[in-house]
Amino acid sequence: MRRSLLFIPSNTPSMMQNADIFGADAVIFDLEDAVFLREKDAALHLLDAFLNHFPIENIEIIVRINGLDTELGLKDLNEIVSNRIDTIMLPKATYQSTLQCQQILYELENKKAMHKTIKIIPIIEKAVSLIEINQIASLDRIDGLLLGAEDLATDLEVERTLEGTEILVARSLVVFAAKAHGIDAIDTPFIHTSDPVGLKKDALFAKSIGMNAKACIHPNQIDIINQVFSPSKKEIEEAKKIIIAEKEAINEQKGVFSVDGKMVDKPIIDRAHKVVEKQKKWNL
Amino acid sequence: MRIASSGTLESNDCFITVKESDHLEIIIESIVYEQFKDQIESVILDVLNARDIKHIFIHIQDKGALDYAIRGRLITAISRLEEKQ
Repeated sequence: MRRSLLFIPSNTPSMMQNADIFGADAVIFDLEDAVFLREKDAALHLLDAFLNHFPIENIEIIVRINGLDTELGLKDLNEIVSNRIDTIMLPKATYQSTLQCQQILYELENKKAMHKTIKIIPIIEKAVSLIEINQIASLDRIDGLLLGAEDLATDLEVERTLEGTEILVARSLVVFAAKAHGIDAIDTPFIHTSDPVGLKKDALFAKSIGMNAKACIHPNQIDIINQVFSPSKKEIEEAKKIIIAEKEAINEQKGVFSVDGKMVDKPIIDRAHKVVEKQKKWNL
Repeated sequence: MRIASSGTLESNDCFITVKESDHLEIIIESIVYEQFKDQIESVILDVLNARDIKHIFIHIQDKGALDYAIRGRLITAISRLEEKQ
C-alpha cells in the first residue's frame, strides 16, 4: 500500500542521503535512465556503499535496475539484491523478463542466505507489456504495476499530451490488472516539475479511474500526491461510522443495515475497512 | 602511468584520482579537513585493506562527502584503474 514513490538518481549523494526526509512512502534508487552509461559502474558502487553504510529506516527501498535485456541488469541484481532492499523495479517488463527476474531473485536469495523475499514492480512501458499485463501481474512476487507513459508513448509512436488521452487505455489496463491481483496500480510520473496545478489535476484523474499511487520525479511533488491518494477526513469519518454499525449489526445478528439512511452491503464494508487501514498506516 | 578517477566536485560528493605507484601516497583536500582528515583517511585505508592494495597514489578532493560516498567513489576509481591494466 503506497501513495507516493520518489525516484532518486543513484549517482547523486546529496539526494540519496536525504531519501527518507522528503515524506514519500517509497524511494526508488534509479540505476537506469537517471544514470549516464559511462557512470553506471559509479552509481552501482555508490548505491552499494550507501545501502551498506548509511542508516535509512521506515521507508520502502526500491531499486530500479537496468533492463534484463542488457548485461547491466544482471550485474545490478547480483550486486544489489540483499536484505537491505525491499523491491526491484524492472524496466521495460515483459512476461518473459519478469519471470526471469523472479527466477534470478529466487537464486540470489538462496545463494546469499537471505531472510527476505524481494518483491518486483514491473514497469509497463511497452505495447507488449500491455498485451501481457495479466500474465505479468499474476506472477508471485509482483507487488504493484507502474505505468511508464513516456517510454510507452515512444513505443506507440504517439505524442505525450497534458490531457493524456493517448494513455487512457494503458492506465485502465494497469488498474484492471492490478486490482484483479490485489496489488498497487501506480500511475506514471507527471514530468512538469514546476506545475503543481497540473500535477494535482493529473493525480486526481488517475485516482478517479482507480490508480492508488503515483511515482514522483521531484520531492516537490510528494505532498500533493500524498494528499490526493489519501482518504479525506470525510471518507475516514464515514468509514468509521460504517465499521461501528457493522459491529452492532453483527451483535444483533442483522444481515443488512443502514448508515445515514443508506443501505450498507459487503463492498461498502470492505471499502470502509480499506479506508481505515490507510488512515492507520499513514497516521491521518 | 595509468590513471583513473571517479566522482564529482558537487556538494556532499568528492572527486578521487588514483594512479599506479611503487609506494602508498594519499593526498587529502577537504572543505572539512581540520575536523575530518583522520576519518577520511581511515575510510580510504579500510577500502585499500579490503582489496589488499599496498601501493597506490590517491588524491581526494572532498566537498563534504560522507563515508559511504568516499568509499563508493574510491571503489569505482580503483576498479577503473584495474580495468586499464
